[in-house]
Amino acid sequence: MFPASFEYVKANSIRDAISILSDDDDAKVLAGGHSLLPLMKLRLAAPGTLVDIGGIRELSYIEDKGDHIAIGALTRHHDIEHSGLLKESVPFLSYVASLVGDPSVRHRGTIGGSISHGDGASDLPAAVLALDGDLVVEGPSGERIIKASEFFIGFLETALGQGEILKEIRVPKITGGWSYQKFNRRAQDWAIVGVAAVSVGETKVSLVNMGSVPLRAYATEETLKNGGSIEEASEKASEGLQPPSDLNASAEYRKHLAKVLVNRALTETLAQ
Amino acid sequence: MTAVETSSSERVTGQRLLRREDPELLTGEAKFVDDLAQQDVLHMAIVRSPVARAKIISIDTSAARAIDGVVGVYTGRDLKDLWQQPMPCAWVVTPDMKNPAHFPLAVDSVNYMGDAVAVVLANDKVIASDAVASIEVEYEELPPVLDLEESATDKVVIHPELGTNTSYVWALEPDNAKLEAAFSSAAHVVKGRFVQQRLIPSAMEPRGLLIVPQPYGGEYTLYSSTQIPHILKIMIAVTLGISESKIRVVAPSVGGGFGSKLNVYAEELLAFTLAKKTGKPIRWMEERSENALATVHGRGQIQEIELAADSDGKVLGIRANLLADMGAYLQLLTPGVPLLGGFLYHGLYDVAAYSFKCTGLFTNKTPTDAYRGAGRPEATFAIERGMDLLAHEMGIDPAEIRRRNFIPKEKFPYSSSPGLVFDSGNYLPNLEMALEKVGYSKLREEQFQLRSQNSKKHLGIGLSCYVEMCGLAPSKVLASLNYSAGGWEAATVRLLPTGKVQVVTGTAPHGQGHETSWAMIVADRLGINPDDVEVLHSDTSISPHGLDTYGSRSLSVGGTAIFMATGKVLDKARQIAAHQLEVAPEDLEYQDGNFSVKGSSEKKMALGQVAFEAFTAHNLPDGMEPTLEATTTWDPPNFTFPFGTHIAVVEIDEDTGDVKLVKYVAVDDVGNQINPMIVEGQIEGGIAQGVGQALFEEAIYDESGNLLTSTLAEYLVPSATELPNFELGSTFTPSPSNPMGVKGVGEAGCIASPPAVINAVVDALSTFGVKHIDMPASPEKIWNAIHQD
Repeated sequence: MFPASFEYVKANSIRDAISILSDDDDAKVLAGGHSLLPLMKLRLAAPGTLVDIGGIRELSYIEDKGDHIAIGALTRHHDIEHSGLLKESVPFLSYVASLVGDPSVRHRGTIGGSISHGDGASDLPAAVLALDGDLVVEGPSGERIIKASEFFIGFLETALGQGEILKEIRVPKITGGWSYQKFNRRAQDWAIVGVAAVSVGETKVSLVNMGSVPLRAYATEETLKNGGSIEEASEKASEGLQPPSDLNASAEYRKHLAKVLVNRALTETLAQ
Repeated sequence: MTAVETSSSERVTGQRLLRREDPELLTGEAKFVDDLAQQDVLHMAIVRSPVARAKIISIDTSAARAIDGVVGVYTGRDLKDLWQQPMPCAWVVTPDMKNPAHFPLAVDSVNYMGDAVAVVLANDKVIASDAVASIEVEYEELPPVLDLEESATDKVVIHPELGTNTSYVWALEPDNAKLEAAFSSAAHVVKGRFVQQRLIPSAMEPRGLLIVPQPYGGEYTLYSSTQIPHILKIMIAVTLGISESKIRVVAPSVGGGFGSKLNVYAEELLAFTLAKKTGKPIRWMEERSENALATVHGRGQIQEIELAADSDGKVLGIRANLLADMGAYLQLLTPGVPLLGGFLYHGLYDVAAYSFKCTGLFTNKTPTDAYRGAGRPEATFAIERGMDLLAHEMGIDPAEIRRRNFIPKEKFPYSSSPGLVFDSGNYLPNLEMALEKVGYSKLREEQFQLRSQNSKKHLGIGLSCYVEMCGLAPSKVLASLNYSAGGWEAATVRLLPTGKVQVVTGTAPHGQGHETSWAMIVADRLGINPDDVEVLHSDTSISPHGLDTYGSRSLSVGGTAIFMATGKVLDKARQIAAHQLEVAPEDLEYQDGNFSVKGSSEKKMALGQVAFEAFTAHNLPDGMEPTLEATTTWDPPNFTFPFGTHIAVVEIDEDTGDVKLVKYVAVDDVGNQINPMIVEGQIEGGIAQGVGQALFEEAIYDESGNLLTSTLAEYLVPSATELPNFELGSTFTPSPSNPMGVKGVGEAGCIASPPAVINAVVDALSTFGVKHIDMPASPEKIWNAIHQD
């Protein structure tokens, strides 16, 4: 279908975008458009105004900040996939980006857009969770940092306030092992279940498509921390979770997949 | 210069000529219907039922009418009197077949999600879309019938005026006593129940049209993304009561069809009616989700097959029984599609006793109709699964059970028990070539090794041997099936004064590369460069006679017509040349585009020169008509019978149920090949489409009759990343039923691949006691099968 009619504004700077967004609670940020536009075409979303931040070039960068890597929110998946710096310092993130959608999605979609959309079935939000990254947001009252673990609140709902825009993603350099297990039927699809595991000091594990938001597998992490085996930790993968049932998988099958994939992810991570 | 991939030989046919269609298609220059510029055009959009079955209580169009730019809004009631007849069904398979009247817009009730209830005309397509969203329809919902076995009970009757959900029962029972005897004397009887899930054809270009009333003469030109411009023209004339000579149908570049554009659709009739009513050009382009709802679906059958075999595994008799899902209404060929497979449930095996029965049933779902293979993939699936069940029961290798049952080479032409005459076949070498190519014994060894190591990776090897009847079709055979048209094809070959050749064909290519292949046939026959041959098609004003493209018919029927018309032209040219060179026609040799007198190198005449002489008509033999042109309408004496062996190798992950197709070998025998590269393209696309059915695709409805797979995010069409490189080979058994020995290749890949893949999946899971898994074999289904008790 065609989207319902909407106003279109091109923002020239992040301040510009914030001021439009703060004045208009029916406005939505448009970055790569790969999550928002399909919803609009199905008329499942009908924002009154689209604020296009795609032209703000200074929001696309990948920089070495010593103890962490800073990634501009408008950096496209393709650039994350192919960044020499990331391949060196956070190869996990490059690998996850390489599995998002298909090449045309990766050329248009942005990391900030994907995280701000907060889809529990997307790869990059879960990746940033497993990295325990920091999200730098800017709004009418200035800049603040939100922990990734506190960013995803509910179905397509994040901690971003009215008028706030995600500006930068900060992730630690990976010192230990990592793994990303994406289980799907076609390469271009969302994960039926995905599991990310990253060791930076301790091992953190996150889950894709096991709930309405990207999730940390805290019970698994806790078991590991307390000296539990990989098998024991994997058994806890879906503890307390209510994964969705859909055409690709029942909730029960998802729980089973989560165990298998957590096991594989931990085995791979801890072997490195 | 035409690019040739490999070094040239003397013959044009058999070479891997690059397709002349492709530069335009690949650079985005090709003109599809939505690319055709038209001024002062109205945009049509359709209001569709969001429910599966309901009475229409009221339709409020007032908000839509109030939108600036909306030109007209019409309901079924508004247009009811304009239809001369209901939508056409051209295949009344039994005299008592039930066919509910079905009009382009529903009048009182809707019977599937997507049924059209109102139409909007607006100055802009977005306005039309907004207007559709503003129309309020009040429905009184009725319980839908969604399951075939439930439909057969008639507990709820969808069309009360018919009194039943059964459209027809069609049986082919040549000799029941013989069949009973076969089963009662059998050492082994195996039975299978298989579900052919509903499929959404998903052509890359959805349907679309542009209709333009002509400024004078009262004619209408309909540009439609269709496979059947000729049939469409006739059907519009009949359904709307318009003189056929006032209708011109053009199919511009068409982005695939797979049978889904072999139909006469509500939107075509609506647009025609509204163009007549408003006098304005009208444009409509289907949306992707609309395509999933409003374009016909494919397959949708429950199959039961029984095989009776003797103690050597020789099959003595076959009994097949189908329930076939018609959907809510009968479209152009809906009832006949399952019957096209009805003659082939014994596959390429020599089986003496046979019966087939099909019950066509209505459901509250999108109508079904032809989809690549149309009946033959279903038949092949049932027999090839059946052969594996038999092999498994008897502990015989699947390759060996097939060897023991093939129709032997010396039995051709072979009269089959269902009543066909297979004109040619040589199955054994084809199977052996495929086994060799895939490394069959090595794979079996590898499978044994993995099993003895208790590996969680399970290897499965699946065979599928197929034969199909294609090249639709001998008109007399179609008559015996109560199909209401013939199966011939027409061609005109014309030498222009400048020596260039113009070919007019009644075939309607939509991705097949006819322009390239037809030019090659003519160039080969005339000894000229294919670049000098132009092919005109898909415009009923240019090619008045034609029966279009479907059923792997275009080469063996349409191509043969071209071959024969070219021969006629050459005969006439020879007479002109003989006359001018003052020799007898039989004293002339013809080579590389030149007539020359045998034994003399000086007395010769080029074909182009003959063409010019035919044009000027200054010096023709007495009584000869000027110009050099011939027409042939070829009605084939028989179907053609391509065959082959496909072998799929899968790996299954026991822990997750994940299935990967890791190797695929196909050895096909499509007779003589005009352009092997085009043949390979057809085979590869067909295999991919069949793998889609085997592993990925299914039109899924919920319990209320909502289609849940209406976008390409839910309806899983596989892409190249899900497929291995296909390893292809050919054997060559020319068809004796046409002069070029060709057979057709459009559907072969799609016919052969589903059983190959499912046989491989079941083979991999045989250690878990799994005997069958329905398509699509998803990871969850496989995981459940592994963990069932």
